[in-house]
Amino acid sequence: MKKTGAQILIESLLKEKVEVVFGIPGGVFLPTFDVLYDSPIRFILTRHEQGAAHMAEGFSRASGKVGVCFATSGPGATNLVTGLANANMDSIPMIAITAQVATNLIGNDAFQEADITGITRPVTKHNYLVKDVRDLARIVKEAFYIAQTGRPGPVLIDLPVDVQKAECDFSYPAQVDIRSYRPNYQGHPGQIKKAAEMINHAQKPVLYIGGGVITSGAHKEILALAEKAQLPVIWTLMGIGAFPSVHDLSLGMVGMHGTYSANHATQKSDLIIAVGARFDDRVTGRLDKFAPGAKVIHIDIDPTSISKNIKVDVPIVGDARVIVEEMVKYVAKKTKMTDWHKQIEIWKKDFPLTYKKDNKLRAQYVIEQISEITKGNGIITTEVGQNQMWSTQFINSKTPRTFISSGGLGTMGYGFPAAIGAKVACPDKVVFDIAGDGSIQMNIQELATAVQNKIPVKVAILNNGYLGMVRQWQQLFYKKRYSGTVLSGNPDFVKVAEAYGAVGIRVEKKSDVKAALQKAIKIDKPVFLDFRIEPEENVFPMVPAGAALDEILQGVA
Amino acid sequence: MRHAISVLVENKAGVLARIANLFSARGYNIDSLAVGETEDPSISRMTIIVRGDERILEQIEKQLNKLVDVIRVSDFLETEHLERDLTLIKVAADKNTRLEIMQIVDIFRAKIVDVGSSSLIIEMTGNEEKIKAFVEIIRPFGIKEMVRTGVVAMARGNK
Ligand SMILES: Cc1ncc(C[n+]2csc(CCOP(=O)(O)OP(=O)(O)O)c2C)c(N)n1
Ligand SMILES: [Mg+2]
Repeated sequence: MKKTGAQILIESLLKEKVEVVFGIPGGVFLPTFDVLYDSPIRFILTRHEQGAAHMAEGFSRASGKVGVCFATSGPGATNLVTGLANANMDSIPMIAITAQVATNLIGNDAFQEADITGITRPVTKHNYLVKDVRDLARIVKEAFYIAQTGRPGPVLIDLPVDVQKAECDFSYPAQVDIRSYRPNYQGHPGQIKKAAEMINHAQKPVLYIGGGVITSGAHKEILALAEKAQLPVIWTLMGIGAFPSVHDLSLGMVGMHGTYSANHATQKSDLIIAVGARFDDRVTGRLDKFAPGAKVIHIDIDPTSISKNIKVDVPIVGDARVIVEEMVKYVAKKTKMTDWHKQIEIWKKDFPLTYKKDNKLRAQYVIEQISEITKGNGIITTEVGQNQMWSTQFINSKTPRTFISSGGLGTMGYGFPAAIGAKVACPDKVVFDIAGDGSIQMNIQELATAVQNKIPVKVAILNNGYLGMVRQWQQLFYKKRYSGTVLSGNPDFVKVAEAYGAVGIRVEKKSDVKAALQKAIKIDKPVFLDFRIEPEENVFPMVPAGAALDEILQGVA
Repeated sequence: MRHAISVLVENKAGVLARIANLFSARGYNIDSLAVGETEDPSISRMTIIVRGDERILEQIEKQLNKLVDVIRVSDFLETEHLERDLTLIKVAADKNTRLEIMQIVDIFRAKIVDVGSSSLIIEMTGNEEKIKAFVEIIRPFGIKEMVRTGVVAMARGNK
């Protein structure tokens, strides 16, 4: 039986077990939206396509499945760009489907035409322009495959309106075969043994883990490796949740706002075992002074990540879970506390993460309380800025896919829609977006999405009246000249929440924090919590840009 | 260092743009690029000449391999291979210089493919050095226009 392109698209999505799509329609998307209307797919109408893209990503990250978003041609499609770039940088699978003007108009500067495959080429893993309806089912199949395999990433399909209407026979392909795309999962056995040998002989090893551990589901294997070989563990922002943050072997996040112990252990180590992490500049600090005495083992699915920033001694290309599982067999079981472990204990004890514990309402306290109340069982998303860095420091995570934050791109406005996507994926979990007063305003319109679709996410706005992180740099490095960082026109966030039909709670006193959080969790509606925090608090420790990892500013506690 | 990279790609729209993007996004400059169909019409071969140290070359090759439409990447670092580039040169020539030019063309085993009243078009095939040497000798006569196809390369023997 013949089907239209629109029917083929929706049926293909159903074959891929898609249950929910985020997006906004438009003129050239009408044929598909008409089919969507009768389909079992839940459509979540967002208020901006950027919101839809981040929701799809948040959905992917919370569930381990693939989030899908729809946008119409032209401005709808271009509004997706930041969301695609974000998912691409953080290697998160996602499918974006954009409508396009009719094929005979492409290239004519038609109304609402944008060359979205051209525009998104650098920010997607791959993209397609469908010119013939007979290719559509295969393209959808390939897109889902490419998005989820190898180093995952977003894939965009651009679908002209006439292709949505054109008809052909439909059968969904059972498999994909792309001769030019064959990701390698098995690590080289010789390299794995060699790496295990190096671990067995190292005096001062650190296990450095990133988002790849979460993607590949290697957290159990990582725990086994760390415990068997007694490896101190440090992580990247993307790796939060891949290892329990409360554990004898945990040192915390490494990098610009990493812990003293993680940064010092890295610098003094003689062996770094990197798993699914890419030695980003926010992690390494000044490259030529990075871990001068360390040999490096690097396990990654993406060969381009290896020896890109840091020279690697033992590269192992493949899936982290498969490789680490194998490696555990060859590492020797250790039980004794070595001098290295003792040294690390001292660093941890002498330089813990801390802040001033007075009666003032401080961001760190609020985050600590959120961590207490959710006990690692909820999902935390963050915006970008001080709110994000404090969250990395004061949220205790124990399981993967519970800490969702914009890593590589650092996108303000990410956390709120990502929280909505995560809540759709995990309706039984409490979901908090830890936000800044600046960031929340970048996608605040999505509150309407949360209200309309009954998605009761909680937003903890750490309201400091500043673009705080930028202000912090100005305070430290630009003589307190707060150029362009004062947010004096902030709205009343409680009233904003109420205007949208959500709930707003203002918190001005430290002693009110717990009760307010408890109340917010009980309410079965989206809630904005407006925490009026100390305005000029800074994030410490801090490694200034261009400094070595152990040149740490401790700040005042 | 100069490197020749040979890339087999799907013969599809957008592939060239992807490859060009990869170079420009990383600030790598392409010296020359030649694209054409292979014995299998669904596959094109690109020969790309780039400059950079071995680390850059390694990154370029890995990045190329990462593109979904790229089937295979090879360099000729340790392979004996041939390189050829076809050049058309329009050079000023009158009855006083024509003979001299023809002699040079002969020595270099180039070809004269068009004769005008005040110019000649020379077709010259060879590797880069040979073409460079030829161009330097011919330059004093007055080169009016020059086009090059870009280098193509192939490994010798059975490789
Ligand atoms: C979309 C976007 N624009 C600009 C920036 C640069 N930037 C990084 S942090 C920051 C300030 C964030 O302010 P706020 O959300 O209030 O968070 P705070 O640092 O105060 O916690 C800015 C402007 C960014 N990361 N993303
Ligand atoms: Mg702020």
